[in-house]
Amino acid sequence: MTRAGRWIRQRLILVVALLVLLYLFAPIFVVMLMSFNEPKSKLSYTFDGFTWANWQHPCRPYGLCDAVSTSLRIGLLATVIATALGTLMAFAMVRHRFRGRAGANLFIFLPMASPEIVLGSSLLALFVSSGFGGKLGFWTVLIAHVMFCLSFVVVTVKARLTGMDSRLEQAAMDLYANEWQTFWRVTFPLVFPGILAAALLSFSLSFDDFIITNLNAGTTVTFPMFVWGSAQRDIPPQINVVGTAMFLLALVLVLGGELARRRRTR
Amino acid sequence: MSSDLVLNGISKQFSGQRAVDNLDLTVPSGSFFALLGPSGCGKTTTLRMIAGLEEPTTGTIRLGEQEITGLRPYKRPVNTVFQNYALFPHLDIFENVAFGLKRRGVKDFKPKVEEMLGLVELSTYGKRRPSQLSGGQQQRVALARALINRPQVLLLDEPLGALDLKLRRQMQLELKRIQTEVGITFVHVTHDQEEAMTMADTIAVMNGGVIEQMGSPAELYDLPATTFVANFLGQSNLIRATIIGQAEENITVDVHGRKVTVPLPRCRVTEGDVWMGIRPEKVFIAAAGTEQSNGSNQLRGAVVTDVSYVGVSTQYLVKLPWDQELTIFEQNTGARGTFGVGETVDLHWLPTHTFVLDADQDAHAGVEHIDDPGGAG
Repeated sequence: MTRAGRWIRQRLILVVALLVLLYLFAPIFVVMLMSFNEPKSKLSYTFDGFTWANWQHPCRPYGLCDAVSTSLRIGLLATVIATALGTLMAFAMVRHRFRGRAGANLFIFLPMASPEIVLGSSLLALFVSSGFGGKLGFWTVLIAHVMFCLSFVVVTVKARLTGMDSRLEQAAMDLYANEWQTFWRVTFPLVFPGILAAALLSFSLSFDDFIITNLNAGTTVTFPMFVWGSAQRDIPPQINVVGTAMFLLALVLVLGGELARRRRTR
Repeated sequence: MSSDLVLNGISKQFSGQRAVDNLDLTVPSGSFFALLGPSGCGKTTTLRMIAGLEEPTTGTIRLGEQEITGLRPYKRPVNTVFQNYALFPHLDIFENVAFGLKRRGVKDFKPKVEEMLGLVELSTYGKRRPSQLSGGQQQRVALARALINRPQVLLLDEPLGALDLKLRRQMQLELKRIQTEVGITFVHVTHDQEEAMTMADTIAVMNGGVIEQMGSPAELYDLPATTFVANFLGQSNLIRATIIGQAEENITVDVHGRKVTVPLPRCRVTEGDVWMGIRPEKVFIAAAGTEQSNGSNQLRGAVVTDVSYVGVSTQYLVKLPWDQELTIFEQNTGARGTFGVGETVDLHWLPTHTFVLDADQDAHAGVEHIDDPGGAG
């Protein structure tokens, strides 16, 4: 075997890993690059020239910033509501024995397993048949988003809660903490990483959703709908600015979380 | 004393299963008390009822003048060292130990926490997390976290179960030292008879939700009340016998045709069929036909079937003429040689080392099948 052959053999895992990472991140690099693009024509998918202009005037394309704002508002509200409700549901499912618990556990998984197009169209049918047909918009989208985020929150928080030793709470009670103090001093801090993960997941699911949103939005336009709409005509480079900004925000959150975790365990 | 822990008629049922059955128990203030029994005997359930983590189905628990049966755990002057410690993973060692004092609103907790960390020799570990400590260190933190509250009763739920043998021995002495120092009542739950004997002043042997026998380690070992206690605390040779007579302070029993004498106070029953018991180290083994001093009990014509040398002692298995095997430990004093397999020997022992139990019980109750996990027990 040649020297080079051996070198590659010994580093095969590394080489494959780098290729997979490249595969994962190539689209994001393209989005980042295109956010600095100065396209020559309206329907340009090539990098024609470098400019800061897109970052300086992200709201220039008509309706883009309204759509982003709508998506952010729906995302944040849906996250808060779904996280609060889902956390309570997870506590009930893990900590309380009640009739139909096994059934509830199964039903929680259904929205995650059903195709979005089915959920979206059946929600639309529900809204229309109950007289909200003319009022589709912000609130119907919000209701839909809370609905599909809920399952993910319950599953995420439940996993964290199941992994938590209930003797820790008993130990707190044994050490003079009443029910309220036990929850805030022991249970909540220990479950919090799960709740935070659930909230981040909810937000990205809501911000990202197109199929269910598109069916139930009426005349309201969210960011994914704006991107879809403009892809039919032209792609303003500012869309890439929003995409890059969201990616960087997520990156900062993840890195921050990791740093906090490391500081805690040191 | 005024702050004795008294359990009165305590029962606990879990969905029809009776875990603890009409238990009466008094733990004197300041004592080191052990609840000893196999897993599932109800000892941990009893402990959790004292802590307030389970509610008894019936019965009352009193601590001194106060009835605590229905009190929430955080209202009881009782603290627990949990099995596997249950240290708070999100708090450092200092905060773990300070937890109880802070909840009770003690203002000047810092010097107390430092003093307590000193007592368990972890002064420099205050800023660490539980996961960064070894098992033995975590065990000491759990102890400090409970003791700092100066409870009237400290409950220990198999506190040494997760430690290796050497560390466990060390911690047994350490726990005993601390208990003597602080003078708090310790109630210690364990399945390890050696651990209970080493540490406790009083042992209650539990089996099937009831207390089989209670007393000092020496009392329990010397004069077990049931076959379960005889087998669970150390080992016993139990031989089927029949009581045939009583003369003054002695009972005479017939053991397969041979007469054996037992002092009356050492007999649980005084007529009918019995189990005659004798501890393996109390039996002397001698060459066949050797004349023995008057007054000792004798069984002649046994055959050595197995000899194992275990350093301080030699362990013999001998087969009696009616095919029952007995275990005998002999100290390796070097005063004489050992017997070989196949040799015929005589066995003798003092009447005051013999005990007599009711024959209605299973002779194998409480036997630990260490080398025979699948065997019929």
